[in-house]
Amino acid sequence: MNNYFDLKLVELGRWIEAFFAHYPTLKLVVHLLLCTLPLALSFMGAFAFTTWLERKGLARIQNRPGPNRVGLFGLLQPIADGIKMLLKEDIVPERSDKLFHFLAPIMLMIPAMIGVGFLPLGDGLHALPLDSAIIFFFAISSLNTIAVFMAGWSSRNKYSLLGGMRAVAQMISYEIPLVLSAVAVIMMAGSLNAQEVVASQQISSWVGSGNILQEFFGRILGWNVFKPWGFAGFIFFFIAALAEANRSPFDLPEADSEIIAGHLTEYSGFKYAILFMGEYISAFAIAGIGVTLFLGGWNGPVFAGLPWFVLKLFSLFAVMIWIRGTLPRLRVDQLMGYAWKFLFPLAILNIFLAGFYHFLERQWGTAIAMLAGWLFGFGALQLAAIALSRLNQSPTIRSKRVYQLVE
Amino acid sequence: MSPVQTMPPRSYHIGKDDLGADILEVAMGPHHPSTHGVFRMDLKLDGETVVDLKPVFGYLHRNHEKIAEDITYPMSMPFTDRLDYLCGMTNNWAYALSAEKLIEIKVPERAEYIRVIVAELTRLVNHCLLIGFFVNDLGALGTPLLYALREREKILDLFEVLSGARMMVNYIRFGGVRCDPPDGWLKECQRIVDAFPAFLDEYETLLTENEIIIARAQNVGVVTREEAINFSLTGPMLRASGVNYDIRKVDRYGIYDRFDFKVPIGGHGDCYDRFMVRMLEMRQSVKILKQAIRDLPEGEIMGKAPKIFRPAPGEAYGRIEAPKGELGFYLISDGTPIPYRFKVRPPSFVNLTALRHMCLGHKVADAVIILGSIDIVLGEVDR
Repeated sequence: MNNYFDLKLVELGRWIEAFFAHYPTLKLVVHLLLCTLPLALSFMGAFAFTTWLERKGLARIQNRPGPNRVGLFGLLQPIADGIKMLLKEDIVPERSDKLFHFLAPIMLMIPAMIGVGFLPLGDGLHALPLDSAIIFFFAISSLNTIAVFMAGWSSRNKYSLLGGMRAVAQMISYEIPLVLSAVAVIMMAGSLNAQEVVASQQISSWVGSGNILQEFFGRILGWNVFKPWGFAGFIFFFIAALAEANRSPFDLPEADSEIIAGHLTEYSGFKYAILFMGEYISAFAIAGIGVTLFLGGWNGPVFAGLPWFVLKLFSLFAVMIWIRGTLPRLRVDQLMGYAWKFLFPLAILNIFLAGFYHFLERQWGTAIAMLAGWLFGFGALQLAAIALSRLNQSPTIRSKRVYQLVE
Repeated sequence: MSPVQTMPPRSYHIGKDDLGADILEVAMGPHHPSTHGVFRMDLKLDGETVVDLKPVFGYLHRNHEKIAEDITYPMSMPFTDRLDYLCGMTNNWAYALSAEKLIEIKVPERAEYIRVIVAELTRLVNHCLLIGFFVNDLGALGTPLLYALREREKILDLFEVLSGARMMVNYIRFGGVRCDPPDGWLKECQRIVDAFPAFLDEYETLLTENEIIIARAQNVGVVTREEAINFSLTGPMLRASGVNYDIRKVDRYGIYDRFDFKVPIGGHGDCYDRFMVRMLEMRQSVKILKQAIRDLPEGEIMGKAPKIFRPAPGEAYGRIEAPKGELGFYLISDGTPIPYRFKVRPPSFVNLTALRHMCLGHKVADAVIILGSIDIVLGEVDR
């Protein structure tokens, strides 16, 4: 029952490859295509669906119907948008740096797609099964900073330039808490291999024991997010991921009320569509690695594998959309301060917390470690957070304002 | 090769500051999502910090004052709707008030009450919109704005039933109002006013304690008490700086002395105070509305205005507390039916003069919300 879907997909791949068994070169090509093409197509499809989901979700949050003209519930809207984008004139500013203006969308798209390739989508569904996949992922995903800055610089537009500057500052700062919160997971799993990180997130003594309850919960309770350091790490990771993906409330590089559309200002037509898609796919990639590191990857009861991964990915994205519909934007200096003065120390502390947990677990078992971790370790994190917000004079610390009502 | 391509590539307008770092000049506007119309801010930026700001306006100049000097007094009334096109009712009232000072006209009781009702409804409309746009400028993607617009629509529907138009109401006349509210209008008005505090509560729960809003808006764009007076700011902007000056209380024009309401005063004069003062003002407006609807008497709606409005030579200045501040009309009559001089004192325009002072040293993102917190409408600034 478990992993049924994934196994069938892997079998299908093998079956197709078997046709070319006598032609080694052709077989390799087919193998590569089978690894990459379905991935690229499915993530583009997911992108189309997400634009619909985002527009519809935001619309419901904002008390309006959202797209409902094209197809059932407006589901064909992304296709209509795609056709519109294709047909639009591609306007390049007269004095722009045309080469880089052209390259920026491509430059954004490539690392995003490679990043997606590192995600373990299911049991055996892995386009780039590297032993150091997670390190590679972070290395590749930081490349899109360059693409955003290229877009901002080459457009020769002041808003674009400001957007590009903001993007560089923001992405470089938030990469650090992002990686540091992932370090705790890597440390605990003892591997940089994404599949092994996923495998470490099930209670191995329960899975396969035959007991239905143990079988069910063994695949849920082992997720890192249910451990004290994992829970804290997940929060840090998610906040940093929002900033990495330029999502609200950290959408400063394309802050529409301040700098029009930031680095996207001078893009139109299909280049705009590609930039847009690149951003969404990088967001998918970051959310996907978050799922892998903290939410148990494709682990899950009953139908483990791809369905669970997709479900978790879209749930995370739905939360991103929800946040986008709710929160105002931070200012650029507050944004940097938040990364360096708040997330960074807490993420480091979390690594120590994870080590502490690991020590306790080896000495006295999981139950004691859990108890101590949640009570003591999590408490320590909270204390640190309070202390940091006092040090940074966070706005909630300031006195509440009282307004006089006079005659 | 086209002539444009042969030109040498133009660099950014780059100046040097004391440290030799480059200054970036940005013309923010007239086409910009958050300049609230066709307004332009010529910014000089050091990184993201505003080192100089020059407001440029006039893109929406429509010659309102000069046109008014070529037509008779009552003919100017519809033009006043277009000044601050969000608050037609208060503009009408301010003009009617100054005209009523030129020729003594007794406004009937019922008309006075209706004027207060529509003016306070206008205040709700304006503050709803302002707060919605302010939070939108802060970067909340439309959600609070659309909640505010939802409430505004209800009131605009009331205006439409009353006057035939949602915004260009042209409703108040010299000596009264144009028409009596139709049957059921008051009941509907009562219902909307009663439901309004629930919306305010919802809004306050969602926004006023929000940490990002506090971090963004507090201590940004500060105008001290003295500066506010020196800039001759009026309206919520002045009161946010801690000055107790509300023309409804000072002049007690119309029948405002009959209502029990208070004036909210801020203490810091920053964007957050301006936001909060308006939130609190809406509650006071609801209070006035409830009293006015309760006490509305029966009777005439038009006073005895002359058929031809021909004031004796002289001058008059009528002012009211418009939602944005002191809105005044200064009229000089030379004894003909056409005003010799017609001058508008627009609150947006005068409040805008403090913009540069408030923005210097802050970030680009702050300049946007400071502009939003001033509450300008370009129709009124440019006239």
